[in-house]
Amino acid sequence: MEFKNEVIELLAEICQDDAVKENPDINLFDTGLLDSFGTVELLVQVEERFGITVPITEFDRDVWNTPNNIALQLADMK
Amino acid sequence: MTPYGSFTFFFILAILLAPTVILGLRGKRFQTYNMLVSVIALAIIFASNLHGVIALIIFTIWQVLLIKSYIRYRKKANEGWIFYLAAFASILPLIISKLMPYFSTINWVGFLGISYLTFKGTQLIIETRDGLIKQDPPIGRLLYFILFFPTISSGPIDRYRRFDKDVQVVLPADQYKLLLYQGINKIFQGFLYKYIIGYWINHHYIANLRFIATSHFQNELYYMYLYSFYLFFDFAGYSAFAIGVSYIMGIKSPENFNLPFISRNMKDFWNRWHMSLSFWFRDYVYMRFVFLMTKKKWIKNRNLVSNLGYVLLFLLMGFWHGLAPQYILYGAYHALVMVGYNTFEQFNKKHKWWPQNKYTQIVSILITFHVVCFGFYIFSGHLIYKGVRL
Repeated sequence: MEFKNEVIELLAEICQDDAVKENPDINLFDTGLLDSFGTVELLVQVEERFGITVPITEFDRDVWNTPNNIALQLADMK
Repeated sequence: MTPYGSFTFFFILAILLAPTVILGLRGKRFQTYNMLVSVIALAIIFASNLHGVIALIIFTIWQVLLIKSYIRYRKKANEGWIFYLAAFASILPLIISKLMPYFSTINWVGFLGISYLTFKGTQLIIETRDGLIKQDPPIGRLLYFILFFPTISSGPIDRYRRFDKDVQVVLPADQYKLLLYQGINKIFQGFLYKYIIGYWINHHYIANLRFIATSHFQNELYYMYLYSFYLFFDFAGYSAFAIGVSYIMGIKSPENFNLPFISRNMKDFWNRWHMSLSFWFRDYVYMRFVFLMTKKKWIKNRNLVSNLGYVLLFLLMGFWHGLAPQYILYGAYHALVMVGYNTFEQFNKKHKWWPQNKYTQIVSILITFHVVCFGFYIFSGHLIYKGVRL
């Protein structure tokens, strides 16, 4: 649970929007909160903060689409 | 024989794929048979062109050796320069084939589809570097991926891991039936787009423009919009054929178009136009470039990194289309437009100068539409060869 909150906190920083915290099931790409650039920032931060390396091509926008799903995917890779 | 170029081609396809459909509807495995179909179809496509056959075979051997050696190497070590060398080697045939016409009258290296096949080789090298492809792929499946005939001439550009998943799955009869219907539907969409609408625009309007337009300016203006629509219907039609035939063969080739003329902005446009190409450049060029710059902290300014990434992406895309001046200018134009839009987007995030509502949305779509059409006008070569007479 704590890990999930940390991921959502990070997403809110990168998207510069608290909508991420209010609705963790929001689709980040459909709403334009996250784009290619934001995705890269996310991956760099994930590597620095959590020590998880996610290859860019592993980041499938259909799977890594909401804060909850991203947290879930990352938890799997921990 | 040009793929999807004549009724004869479709007729041959129908015969070749009949066993696939029968096996599929019974829920049986059919990919081994499909590999055989791919070989026969390739033979038919390249039958009249011996140069092409030889170039294709040498290209394929080169890519397979390269991929296999790099995977073997990557199991033991992971030096950056070896990766860049391998990636360069995988695009080398394409570079030579693009330069060849400037030095020789016969292009021994080029063949139908080389631009598209190159993406597959390079992508395998990159994903191996990233540790996503660990096991040496079986030679048969690797060749099937590279030489999958429905998409050989102009894509859509598929990805190995996605493709290979489809190859290994044996679809239950009811799921295959659905895929078959979708595939047939796509093929008919292709006929509508390419051979009815596209043909109609080209034959009745573009070919007769000099009788319709009253001035040179008007002629070029009409041409710009007509050509844009023609290009869309022709290429989206082709893509629908390629995707439709893939579906019938149990492979869900990715989509290439999603209503590009209603894009709200340039980023939206590249998510809707020639998607398999722009996603390739997004994932393997732009994002990797930004990742490298951010991680190594070589450039601190976020907007600068992003804009440099776009310039790199679109210039490469321009060169990929060809070395003729209109393609390079097309790339430079889109680089400039994208940097402009990106800068505007950043500005607007802070200042909320352009509100989001129904009306601004319509205006955005209209502006994007004209900007995009002007891009295609450059792409057509008319700006350079005819537009200057204004």
